[in-house]
Amino acid sequence: MVTGLAQRVAEAVPDPELPMLTLADLGILRGVEEAGAGRVVVTITPTYSGCPAIGAIRADLSARLREAGYDEVEIRTALSPAWTSDWISETGRRKLSAAGIAPPGAAPVRRSGPVPLTLGPVRRRVSCPRCGSAETEEVSGFGATACKALWRCRACAEPFERVKEI
Amino acid sequence: MSTGNAYEALNDAAGDARWAYGTGFADPLAGVDTRLPDGVDGADLGAYCLMLGDDALVMSHRLQEWVTRAPELEEEVALANVALDLLGQARLLLARAGQADGSGRGEDDLAFHREPHEFRGVLLAEAENGDFAHTMARLLVFSTWRLALLDRLRASRDPVLAAVAGKGVNEVAYHRDYAAGWVVRLGDGTALSRERMAAGLAAVWPLTGELFAAHEVETRLVAAGVAVDPAGLREEFGAVLRQVLAAATLDAPPLPVPGAAAGRSGEHTGALRDLLAELQGVARGLPEATW
Repeated sequence: MVTGLAQRVAEAVPDPELPMLTLADLGILRGVEEAGAGRVVVTITPTYSGCPAIGAIRADLSARLREAGYDEVEIRTALSPAWTSDWISETGRRKLSAAGIAPPGAAPVRRSGPVPLTLGPVRRRVSCPRCGSAETEEVSGFGATACKALWRCRACAEPFERVKEI
Repeated sequence: MSTGNAYEALNDAAGDARWAYGTGFADPLAGVDTRLPDGVDGADLGAYCLMLGDDALVMSHRLQEWVTRAPELEEEVALANVALDLLGQARLLLARAGQADGSGRGEDDLAFHREPHEFRGVLLAEAENGDFAHTMARLLVFSTWRLALLDRLRASRDPVLAAVAGKGVNEVAYHRDYAAGWVVRLGDGTALSRERMAAGLAAVWPLTGELFAAHEVETRLVAAGVAVDPAGLREEFGAVLRQVLAAATLDAPPLPVPGAAAGRSGEHTGALRDLLAELQGVARGLPEATW
């Protein structure tokens, strides 16, 4: 498929908090529209409501597209449908693993009725991104960024981060 | 370009646009279609967004107060993450409020330049933290209620509220699980932890009646298909609390009787005044500052 210059430039912008991933890998790019005469409209979606990286992402997109010759860059936000970790690409998942961050499993499927309460730890098969062992455990459901949890490997004893399913 | 770490990515200068970072916030609703749905009163919609936004803003601030004071580093990180999610929800809702009511007030203006009586959040959110068990009791009650509310709000006729709710549900679901986990651990723990957990729950419980009382703005917007009727959340709230408290081997108090919508009407306690003095101090002291 032939993609436009603006599309290629926007897709290649790195995420500021997970810089091994591009915006395309992360799945937050919703649309890149060349509107003629050096004008481009980019639509992005935030990962979490409070994700502080979104400001830097907007600035990065603007700067890169201007460098590529677009004089007028408009960045729109799309809130719906909400971002899900399922939108992280296969390439993105490989890059996360290579950087020592365990990629997310499938996001929970929402059924009708009240959101079910989860008491106690959820069993997940998570392989250690360093040694590959499945002997891993969650240390905390929260981490250095909104999208990550803290885990450790009982085989190689190393701590590691894991992108959460949402 | 090479981006060995996040700081390089941020500092890899690329024109003046780079300096936009960190010098003020972009409108969180930039490019979102913000037209009002047919037949919806803008002033009412604005007031409703303030209610849900203030709940999140004030609760977020209380959780932020734990930063540097939490019992374990992991809990500090957890509380800060929950606070960040709620702050994000508050930003979207306050931005929507200032647009819908036609005042054009931005999120910062609404957060930093309103007086306590202009805030519309529930009293549950503004109450002081107490100890860690007390904080977990409050977070469990708050998240259980807010999750039930946001889940229903996904069907709102206002597309912005529906979208904010759609994202918020995913976040508040793990806030509730986190708080529930601690309530169970402390309730079904040592004699001391159990005593503290029961005391925290007892302190928070009298504030729950208000959660199920409808303000007149809510009643009008329920009829317009925009808002959620708080009275309809009581049963789901009770069922979740009973499930958590049974696992915690704690007695479940009787379901709260709906009280007056005090916070929604701008009637607050001194706790909100003190909280706002800290939250608003810098912005009011240096009104021209950007950061």
